[in-house]
This record gives sequence, structure tokens and C-alpha cells, in this order.
Amino acid sequence: MEHYLIVSSIMFFVGVYGFITRRNLLAMLISIELILNSVEINFSVFNRYLYPEHMEGMLFSLFGIAISAAETAVAIAIIINVFRVAKNIDVRHIDKLNH
Amino acid sequence: MGETANLVIFYILGAVIAAASILAVTSRRMLRAATYLLVVLLATAGIYLLLNYHFLAVVQLSVYAGGILILFIFAILLTSLRGDRTEPHDKRRVFAGIAAGIAGIAIISFVVMKHKFLYGGNTTILGDQEINAKEIGNALMGTGKYQYLLSFEALSILLLACAIGGILIARKR
Repeated sequence: MEHYLIVSSIMFFVGVYGFITRRNLLAMLISIELILNSVEINFSVFNRYLYPEHMEGMLFSLFGIAISAAETAVAIAIIINVFRVAKNIDVRHIDKLNH
Repeated sequence: MGETANLVIFYILGAVIAAASILAVTSRRMLRAATYLLVVLLATAGIYLLLNYHFLAVVQLSVYAGGILILFIFAILLTSLRGDRTEPHDKRRVFAGIAAGIAGIAIISFVVMKHKFLYGGNTTILGDQEINAKEIGNALMGTGKYQYLLSFEALSILLLACAIGGILIARKR
């Protein structure tokens, strides 16, 4: 079980690293996906090892997957709109709110 | 015999997850980063299968690998420019990111290895206790204890709001 948790924590902190270093909006979104995915692994691992007779962790993982799908859809819509306005999705170059 | 096979498969999946997630955040070309993310998601589905959550693995494959990855690839193709992969990294920021990541992994690993979890180190707990789809359906659609109809409905409203919001945001004015 500890090894599962270590794998998911590696995934989480690689996501944090990507979120800090990357300046492209889509790359930052990929990092967020990594973070969410590691959290879902944690939910199901805790459920399977500590409470194998219940299935609450698995259902939480299901809801988390659905919520991250929704979040990604809206974020990609916003990113495409930003690209249409600013012709760029690099966060260093997006500095005007209203053109 | 099955124990050893499970262990070997787990280590392979863990190595694939670690390597592919590092490549996904360090790759300069966005399309390659999306492909590495696909590898990570597939290996995660493999871990769910290893934990005997078959329904969760199928949902992971269909929603993440089938839906979100397509969205990502279309967004990358729509927003890619010529000079896109020459994204210069800020040295100070890279250093801060590596420091934060290594410190976080070290702290979490230390705490996890030190803590005694209540399952007692019994690795044979992973029997073949697969949850069948009928139980999952009852838990999603019931209103009793340990049943989640309300959150299911809230999630459906969230998805509807997301669809409408996505259309409203992304449409041409």
C-alpha cells in the first residue's frame, strides 16, 4: 500500500513542478490533470486496503473523474477564447484584460 | 505465484507512471506532452485493474483517455503557433519547482513509510473481491445510507452547466 501512495505522490509533485515551471496554459492544464489523477489513485488505494468491504473511495474517484472532465472542458473553452483574443496562450504574454 | 505477478506488474506500472509523468511536464512539444499524459492515464487504469476496481478502470479509460485526451489534442492543434516549442524556461523557477517537488516527495514518503496503517501490512488483502456493476448502480441510484443519488444529480447539473458554459464561452461573437 505504501508503494502505491509513493507512486501517487510522485505523480502529484511532478504535477506541482509542471504547474510551477510551465508557462503554457495547456501545459499547466496537463499538470492539473496529473494532480487530480494522483488524488483519485489515493482514494481507491485507501478504500481497497483499509476498508475493502465498503466502496466509498471508489465512488469518490468516479465523481472526481467526472468533475475533472467538466473542469477540463470549461478550461479548454476559456483557453481557446483567450487564444482568439490574444493570439497566444503563454501566460507571460497575456497581460491585457480588455483590448 | 499470483502475488509475485501482481508485485511485478505494480512495479512496471509505477515506473511507467513516474517516467511518463516527468516526460509529460518537461517535454517542449505540446503534442508529445499530451501523448505522455495518455500513457500516464493508461497506466493508472492498469493500477485500478490491479486493485480489482474494474468499473473504475473502464470509466478512466473512456472518460480520460477517450474524452479528455481528444479535447486536449484538438485544443493543442487549434492553438499551436510556430514558435510554440521554444518556450524558454526560467532558471529560477525551474530550480524552485525541482526543490518543491523533491521536498514534497521526501516528506510524503517519509510520513507514509513511518506511519503504521491499520491493515497490518497484509498484502494478501487483494483477493478477487470484485465489486459487481449491480452494487455500483444501486449505490449511485439509491437514497439510503451509503447511497449517492443526490451527489449524482448534482454532478449531472454540473455537467449541464459546463456544457452550456463551454458553448457560451467558446462561441464566436
